[in-house]
Amino acid sequence: MMASSYNAKEEDGHHSGAPAHGGAAAAAAKSKKPDNTAFKQQRLPAWQPILTAGTVLPAFFVIGLIFIPIGIGLFVTSNNIREFEIDYTGVDVDSPCYSCARNFSWNNTAPCLCSVDFTLEQPFESNVFMYYGLSNFYQNHRRYVKSRDDSQLYGDRSALTNPSKECEPYRMSDGQAIAPCGAIANSLFNDTLELYHIDSNGTRNTIPLVKKGIAWWTDKHVKFRNPGGNNNLTAAFRGTSKPVNWRKPVYDLDPSDPDNNGFINEDFIVWMRTAALPTFRKLYRIIQKKAVTTPTLPSGRYVLNISYNYPVLSFDGRKRMILSTISWMGGKNPFLGIAYITVGSICFFLGVVLLIIHHKYDTRNNSADIPN
Amino acid sequence: MLRRRLNRLFGGDERRVESRTINVGHRSGSPNEAIIPPKFCDNRIVSSKYTVWNFLPKNLFEQFRRIANFYFLIIFLVQVIVDTPTSPVTSGLPLFFVITVTAIKQGYEDWLRHKADNEVNKYPVTVLEDGRRIRKESEKIKVGDVVEVEEDETFPCDLILLQSSRDDDTCFVTTASLDGESNHKTHYTVPDTERNLESLNATIECEEPQPDLYKFVGRMHIYTNNQEPAVRSLGPENLLLKGATLKNTQKIYGVAVYSGMETKMALNYQGKSQKRSAVEKSINAFLLVYLCILVSKALVCTTLKYVWQSKPGQDEPWYNEKTQKEKDTNLYLKMFTDFLSFMVLFNFIIPVSMYVTVEMQKFLGSFFITWDKDFFDPEIKEGALVNTSDLNEELGQVEYVFTDKTGTLTQNNMEFIECCIDGFQYKYQDARSELDGFCVTDGPVNKLQQKAGREREELFLRALCLCHTVQVKESPEQAQDQVDGLTDQVDDLEVDGEVPYPSQEQRSFIASSPDEVALVKGAMRYGFTFLGLESKSMKILNRNNGVEMYELLHVLNFDPVRRRMSVIVRSKSGDTLLFCKGADSSIFPRVRQEEVERIRMHVERNATEGYRTLCVAYKCLSAEEYAQADEGLREARLALQNREEKLMAVYNQVETGMSLIGATAVEDRLQEEAAETMEALQGAGMKVWVLTGDKMETAKSTCYACRLFQRNTELLELTVRTLEDGGRRREERLHDLLNEYHKKAVQDAPPAKAGVTSWSSANQDYGFIIDGATLSMVLNSSSESNSSRYKNLFLQICQNCTAVLCCRMAPLQKAQIVKMVKNSKGSPITLSIGDGANDVSMILEAHVGIGIKGKEGRQAVRNSDYAIPKLKHLKKLLLAHGHLYYVRIAHLVQYFFYKNLCFILPQFLYQFFCGYSQQPLYDAAYLTMYNICFTSMPILAYSLLEQHICIEVLLDNATLYREIAKNATLRWRPFLYWTLLGVFHGLLFFFGVRYLFSNPALQDNGQVFGNWSYGTIVFTVLVFTVTLKLALDTRHWTWINHFVIWGSLAFYVFFSFFWGGIIWPFLSQQRLYFVFANMLSSVSAWLVIILLILLSLLPEILLVVFRKPRGPNARQKELVQSSVGGHQSPRSSARPLLMRTFSDESNTVI
Repeated sequence: MMASSYNAKEEDGHHSGAPAHGGAAAAAAKSKKPDNTAFKQQRLPAWQPILTAGTVLPAFFVIGLIFIPIGIGLFVTSNNIREFEIDYTGVDVDSPCYSCARNFSWNNTAPCLCSVDFTLEQPFESNVFMYYGLSNFYQNHRRYVKSRDDSQLYGDRSALTNPSKECEPYRMSDGQAIAPCGAIANSLFNDTLELYHIDSNGTRNTIPLVKKGIAWWTDKHVKFRNPGGNNNLTAAFRGTSKPVNWRKPVYDLDPSDPDNNGFINEDFIVWMRTAALPTFRKLYRIIQKKAVTTPTLPSGRYVLNISYNYPVLSFDGRKRMILSTISWMGGKNPFLGIAYITVGSICFFLGVVLLIIHHKYDTRNNSADIPN
Repeated sequence: MLRRRLNRLFGGDERRVESRTINVGHRSGSPNEAIIPPKFCDNRIVSSKYTVWNFLPKNLFEQFRRIANFYFLIIFLVQVIVDTPTSPVTSGLPLFFVITVTAIKQGYEDWLRHKADNEVNKYPVTVLEDGRRIRKESEKIKVGDVVEVEEDETFPCDLILLQSSRDDDTCFVTTASLDGESNHKTHYTVPDTERNLESLNATIECEEPQPDLYKFVGRMHIYTNNQEPAVRSLGPENLLLKGATLKNTQKIYGVAVYSGMETKMALNYQGKSQKRSAVEKSINAFLLVYLCILVSKALVCTTLKYVWQSKPGQDEPWYNEKTQKEKDTNLYLKMFTDFLSFMVLFNFIIPVSMYVTVEMQKFLGSFFITWDKDFFDPEIKEGALVNTSDLNEELGQVEYVFTDKTGTLTQNNMEFIECCIDGFQYKYQDARSELDGFCVTDGPVNKLQQKAGREREELFLRALCLCHTVQVKESPEQAQDQVDGLTDQVDDLEVDGEVPYPSQEQRSFIASSPDEVALVKGAMRYGFTFLGLESKSMKILNRNNGVEMYELLHVLNFDPVRRRMSVIVRSKSGDTLLFCKGADSSIFPRVRQEEVERIRMHVERNATEGYRTLCVAYKCLSAEEYAQADEGLREARLALQNREEKLMAVYNQVETGMSLIGATAVEDRLQEEAAETMEALQGAGMKVWVLTGDKMETAKSTCYACRLFQRNTELLELTVRTLEDGGRRREERLHDLLNEYHKKAVQDAPPAKAGVTSWSSANQDYGFIIDGATLSMVLNSSSESNSSRYKNLFLQICQNCTAVLCCRMAPLQKAQIVKMVKNSKGSPITLSIGDGANDVSMILEAHVGIGIKGKEGRQAVRNSDYAIPKLKHLKKLLLAHGHLYYVRIAHLVQYFFYKNLCFILPQFLYQFFCGYSQQPLYDAAYLTMYNICFTSMPILAYSLLEQHICIEVLLDNATLYREIAKNATLRWRPFLYWTLLGVFHGLLFFFGVRYLFSNPALQDNGQVFGNWSYGTIVFTVLVFTVTLKLALDTRHWTWINHFVIWGSLAFYVFFSFFWGGIIWPFLSQQRLYFVFANMLSSVSAWLVIILLILLSLLPEILLVVFRKPRGPNARQKELVQSSVGGHQSPRSSARPLLMRTFSDESNTVI
């Protein structure tokens, strides 16, 4: 501030020093007259909404009237979604996977198998989505979330052999770079779930599980890429090492389908999208509806065969298998419907109450005003 | 530093330490004294702070000295050093932005200063060296150089005038660039110096540089061949200041005494102390609260983290092992770094951008004051001036207004009304016929149709013609250049009521005080015209068209302490006469008492009518008396030390035993709309105090005229007069009166309900009057205990009075009063308004200083925070601008804290779900951009454009100002409300999305969302909610508001698409790749976003309903009130400005 005023004074001095200073002074004076523009005079045309009870009250009713039907719709939709959930962790002694859970060791070469029987009371009509759910699994832990190298997963060659520091301590193994590096990849969920329907004869019918279409399209096609294309992954991943907890290298994730192998294996991609909360579910398989007339999963007895590879008891975790149908709003979640109905009803109720209050208050006030 | 060097040079010689010796033209002074050429600084002006080399380090150092910047730097460094959740970029980028912008701004300002410096320093000047004229750059001038300056050039350094091209050894300068006074001031050459500067052999001894522009003492020793050196005294009239401009004089020679940074101009441009606004203090208090919230959040998280980790299997599950380094780290160190990490994670709660936005709001907002055309005054062709933008909002918080009287409440446009000679009244009448010729008998009108003897009349008029320091402006062309109010042309049509006077002389007068011009012009009406001062002789054209010459021997200058001035002249006939004019209080004790009574009546009557009165006295000096006085004056003028005191003593000695001839009355008109303005200010709940140096009667009548005192106001008077009434000791009387008034005004008054009804007519209004002498008794009472008690009583009385008048105030006392009120209980916000140099101290002291671009020079304007052309502009400045600025910035501050609280709270809550691992909820880009891009523009636009009540209504209803009094919207209650709102929103955002994510399969193809989707949904709700919350608060939607509010929302959507649409090669993690697009493809996400936004805003809307039923009706009532007020105001403006019929005496308590 001091500086600018100083400058101004200096200028003044020189102006008056100029020969034609009368003219200069007049010009300066003219320029000093403020412009009469709407902006400078703070008179811009403005919309001045006055929120009054009169304008707000209808809004309450409108909100109420819109929200309640939406809420009901959501609630009904959510209720119509079939969802079946089964915990196969094997905590209890009498649960089928108890021994697998107890006897888990990373050194086991053969997978431990167990199977869980369950009964669906109601048929699942439309496409059924099979999720696995984990509890008390902190996929959102900071050390975990950042422990990945997206450029390696993007197929970057230099990152493949020299992964990011963030992957520590899952970066190098025996002098070779780990591909895919990092804690997320290392802890890839590797239980295998198979579902059998036991029909009235007692025969087990394998239910075909589709393993594609479970990851985001953009992840599958852009964000994740195999180094050097999808062919000859073995060669592409030469010089890298498999993650320490994996049983097989990344190029053997799905040897049957080159489009689902390596980094673009959809199970892997799904796993790599870290969950928001410590209890989460991830899409595992899709059971397509076969015919219009028959339900995808008719009611009845089912067997879930599990090759139990994924230890969760060490951190007090749980594993679940979830079968769910999907609506336009996603999976079963009564929260939205209830919230909408509640908010809508509150709005409506408030609207009514306020209308009464406002009406009474207004008339009384007006009558009081008149004598004035 | 220089002084130290000088000390070394003049080691031991105590007397010369405080002075410097300069050899004129670098010739050794006395031949027998060996000269060590003393070193003085060169004539380079350096106002710039930086050079190219030190700019970066120095600027950075300066910037990081600000506590906020330093805090962010620390956060940034922590991010760099410690492994923190967010990358250093997130806080480094905004900090870098802020620092860069500030550096660029400061660099640009400094570049301008460099340019200005260079212009001054490289300015070519002519220096006399060994008889030759040499062109030099201004910066090369050394102290002792003889410099030649031509007309219209500015002086390159402080010079002692040696020689002028004018015959009368004077030169004229304007100091427009120094203090804004554009009148011509006369400066004199050192008397009796040789005409030949080449052979001049002299030394100048003068004081060390000091910043007072109007003080200079020194003496010059002139050595002529082997004679005793002649000594001449040097005063400010010999000193030409750097920055002033030579006028009306072809050429002068002067010797440089102060150069470069030691010139008075440079010394005067030391920055003023910075004033801080109350809002800033609130911000700092809030910051502290938020800092506490931040630290406690970090502490809670750190503690919980270690509690959580102590459970087996949680700290390091098999899927998430620690690195070797982490394992090796000491536990306590880890705890500490964890704490720091949490601090970093939550540090966004204290936003960098708030400082930038507040600064920008203040800087840009202040333009509206300068742009306001209502502040433009066609007379002086200037609008308002903003010297600091830091105090805009303070204008809306003023509780006490301290106003000067002369030039502020009144126009300082003096008009001679009447005079009284020997007790006979002479009233000048406008009728021209009576003025024809010089016959004075037409002029005077007396009730008794009597007049004083012709001799006395003429003596009086001669006194008026001689006793002044007025100059006659020579050519009419030049007079037209002078737009400054100090030149009052005789035929000035702008002065109302003055009929064009058909005078052959197109002369105009220049004087330092408008009173003097009025008096000289008054004398002219009665036939005595002052023709001018030529080589120490004053010429007067008398009634008989004869020219009288008087030799001007001495001028005993006016000063506010003596309150009088005198001249000593010698008439043709050889008589030595002393004419003295001054305030009655200073003249009456010095004249024969029997003369006083006749005149006192007139003086008092004139004073009650609001005129400024001066008494005129004279004295014939005998030869011995004159010789004694002459010697005394010369001696005192030569004194190097205590010159002022010595002069004062001589003055007092000379100005005694005079005889009173008469008195004059000069009217000072009220400023336009002064009464309306004062009424509005009082209506707005401000207490108006008038602080004036003027007499009580005059000031009181001005107060009545301004309606500060109403007819029913009970006046409590505490002046010398009332103190002397009781016939007891003054102290006792003071004690009694104070107690009595206190009982009356404070104890008996019904307890006012905090500013609601205290102003209503039901209560008795009190007005308080105190004068300077009594005030000093109150403030500096003999005993310590009494002093503080009196001060308290005085303050309490004053605070319960509607208006307070302090008269007979010295400038410093004005500041004292302001300071006292400022520091009183509740520390109210004070505003001082004044126009003259005597108001500078109170302008600087008050929270807000307002200068009026009046007639008494520009010191007040220069030292003020805001300057306005007229008093009437104060109303809009406070009621409209101040109110709006306050509401805007208060909202800005509250909103900023709110939006950052609900920004960070979800991130804090997320820690409970991610194992206290400092995992950020939002992506780094969002963290960085939230405050910079997504939510900054709407609030900035709001804080610049909002008019929650339109300006006209604000101006019509002064009471609206009370609604924001006492920092109403930045108190703890509103702050708590905003904080709770922020907490509510934060909780809602987080848990709303949390319950949605209890099943993360949110898409219709069964695919699931991850943590980044979670954050993005929360963030989207957040951005929309805080923006729409602002939209709800906006009452004044201009296209700019529409543009920025909808624009920033659109920008957010666009940016999110863009950010997630590309694999960014420079990012290590593509966290947000297609997250936003996928979110939008989910119906559930849409529904939850809409639901949460609506639910967040619902309480706001609900409040509107509960609040508004009062709103419209209140507004209607206000309109009714304002229409009533509208009825009143035309009537009131039609009232005569000076009420002459009031009977204040009946109201006065005594």
